[in-house]
Amino acid sequence: MSATTVMLCGVGGQGTILAADMLAKVAAAASLEVKLSEVHGMSQRGGSVDTVVKFGDEVFSPVTDPGMVDHLVAFELIEAMRAVHFVRPGGRLLVNPTPIQPLPVLTGDMCVPRGLRAILDGEGAIFIDADELACEAGSPKSANVVLMGALSTGLPFDESLWRDVIAGRVPPKTVEANLRAFLLGRQACERGECAL
Amino acid sequence: MSRTLLSGNEAVAQGAWEAGAVVGVGYPGTPSTETLQFFAKLPDVYAEWAPNEKVALEVAAGVSLAGGRALVTMKHVGLNVASDPLFTLAYTGVKGGLVILVADDPGMHSSQNEQDSHNYAAFARVPMLDPSDSAEALAFTREAFGLSEKYDIPVLVRSTVRVSHAKSLVETGRRANLPMPSPYRTDPLKWVMMPGMAKLRRIDLDRRLNELESFAEDTQLNRLEYRDRKVGIVCAGVLYQHVREALPEASTFKLGMTFPLPAGRLREFAEQVDELFVVEEADAFLARSLRALSVPVAPLPLLPTSGELSPGAIRRAFGLPEPATREADDTLPPRPPLMCPGCPHRPVFNALRKTRAVVTGDIGCYTLGALKPLAAMDTCVDMGASIGMAHGAELVGGFEGRPVVAVIGDSTFAHSGITGLMNTVYNGGVGTIAILDNRITAMTGHQGNPMNGITLQKRPSHEVDLVGLVKALGVNRVRLVDPHDVDACITALAEETAADELSVIVFRAPCALLVKSNADPYAVDEDACTKCGICIRLGCPAIGKDEQTSRAYIDTSVCVGCGQCVQVCRYDAIVHTGPSCDFRGADVR
Repeated sequence: MSATTVMLCGVGGQGTILAADMLAKVAAAASLEVKLSEVHGMSQRGGSVDTVVKFGDEVFSPVTDPGMVDHLVAFELIEAMRAVHFVRPGGRLLVNPTPIQPLPVLTGDMCVPRGLRAILDGEGAIFIDADELACEAGSPKSANVVLMGALSTGLPFDESLWRDVIAGRVPPKTVEANLRAFLLGRQACERGECAL
Repeated sequence: MSRTLLSGNEAVAQGAWEAGAVVGVGYPGTPSTETLQFFAKLPDVYAEWAPNEKVALEVAAGVSLAGGRALVTMKHVGLNVASDPLFTLAYTGVKGGLVILVADDPGMHSSQNEQDSHNYAAFARVPMLDPSDSAEALAFTREAFGLSEKYDIPVLVRSTVRVSHAKSLVETGRRANLPMPSPYRTDPLKWVMMPGMAKLRRIDLDRRLNELESFAEDTQLNRLEYRDRKVGIVCAGVLYQHVREALPEASTFKLGMTFPLPAGRLREFAEQVDELFVVEEADAFLARSLRALSVPVAPLPLLPTSGELSPGAIRRAFGLPEPATREADDTLPPRPPLMCPGCPHRPVFNALRKTRAVVTGDIGCYTLGALKPLAAMDTCVDMGASIGMAHGAELVGGFEGRPVVAVIGDSTFAHSGITGLMNTVYNGGVGTIAILDNRITAMTGHQGNPMNGITLQKRPSHEVDLVGLVKALGVNRVRLVDPHDVDACITALAEETAADELSVIVFRAPCALLVKSNADPYAVDEDACTKCGICIRLGCPAIGKDEQTSRAYIDTSVCVGCGQCVQVCRYDAIVHTGPSCDFRGADVR
């Protein structure tokens, strides 16, 4: 298979890097080549965080460009808008619609533009209320795994591979909640009920 | 063999371990930091953080002198600091293999400049290897130790963010079983670089480099791949991966060793392709080097000469069509990095703003104090610069009566601040120096340092008596302040900047991420809030301004209950939430 590009974007602390790591491990477990690229450093302090995972029979560059992403998973509304131009025509866009206010908004210097959700909807976004589903699963911190569940419906990996990787990657006490979170994300996307 | 997903940094550490390296030493710096942390957890190794990169390389030189293999890790600007020993270690050479990982940051994700470390290899005349992914990071590092011993020279392994912080699959191997080093023999002609000996080693360095040039012509580290011969690309590191994706039909000369270069093979490549291009980022080191070797390099004027490249940038430089996509939205509110909720640095900058001081800054989380809304730092240049620059500014009378304050963190003070302070004392300088001692090297992800006495492998140690050290340097006015006490910060800075002698204030409180806060969050009493905005100007990510009412609100899920905002509010409008309080759990937004 030619390389598939997945981009995860969010805010430092949302668990994008852990989610990307899980996706990369699933791809590796499926005997594919895989590369993952992330940026550390100052971005950890509340900044935007983009992580790219590419997998296939052969993968070269670990980074990507606008118009080249097959699946964009946005962990936050404003970050979804910031990255939506990376999605290729016909690509898939999954968005957790809960906004996290950037500092210039908190200080009143800037406003969040109105109508982001409508624009993203026009781009074919599927909205997954990951924070709510994570609470329903029993672990508010599992929103990243909810989104991996939603993403998984568009990727060629067995559910069992995902379950093994999740179970091995999250704290032992939260395995059950995370597996539920994965399933809820998967179901939400399959039902299409969240596609507004 | 099992395939493991490793970052480039982890793979370098694994490669060093497989090569039998017994000691790892470095100073944290993005994007290099995880290398030494990973190495430190491997079996049968000793690893330590040094106070700076120069010391780290000197420690490794000692390991090498005694016959052990040593790995040194640092970021690109760290090599500036370590360059002093590096240049002369090229002369002395090594006994045990000595390999230095230098991690460059093209695009400056987390750095103050984007210097290309290739220049150091040529400048210091030491070989440099350029892995393009994790598998090569492992293999090249392992090979670097052999080269170091065979050619009697330190070897640089260069990575960039997209190698260090990219993960890909590697096959790990066993650790080499090295013979015991031969017994030590005094060898002043090799190790005592006084002019008489250095002149001879200088000549010998050229001999060793000539041998390395021959090696470069034959080594599998450099890889010629002929595809369509209309376009030939010379590239190294992750740029090779970008080129393969952007121009899959082009022939490539992948340089695994970027110094010294294989002049013969490069000329041969130039003859075999219609046009030879060089694709590199942040500098034109390879293009200059090839031209100096009379290899014809075709110009590529559309390739950016600064910043980080991507496959898309390379496609554009070659005039290939862009994918259809919408325009990037650059009107969105940016998300600059922030001081965390409860950060002890925040009240210091709040107070600095009130002093109207000109603040010479330094490298660390506290550099964020330069950003709005605190905006209380005037400079950031390099590790330790705050103290020297404050002294220099005072020498010419300062800034129209405004006080000068240098701000430096604990780890940065240990790295390069002590000599600067000694200089100010020695030369009778004045001014105020604020040492923000948050008990950790925070920005790079919480490493120990001499000021907190926490070592990399958790061996027993002891912390430097910072106040005692400053006094011993000859500073008479030294005070210790709890930065969480907002008024104490203001008072201390007001008094010390008014004093007409040199003073040092140590603001000491642990990094907010080290403190597991059990404090209840605060909330805004809407009736008491006068919309004055003073709490919002603290720049705390938990405090916002309501778009409709202009009143402040506190996001209770972000607030850690540090109480800094309570202290700045003049109207008692920020109140505790607790089990008995109505505000708890209320959606104050």
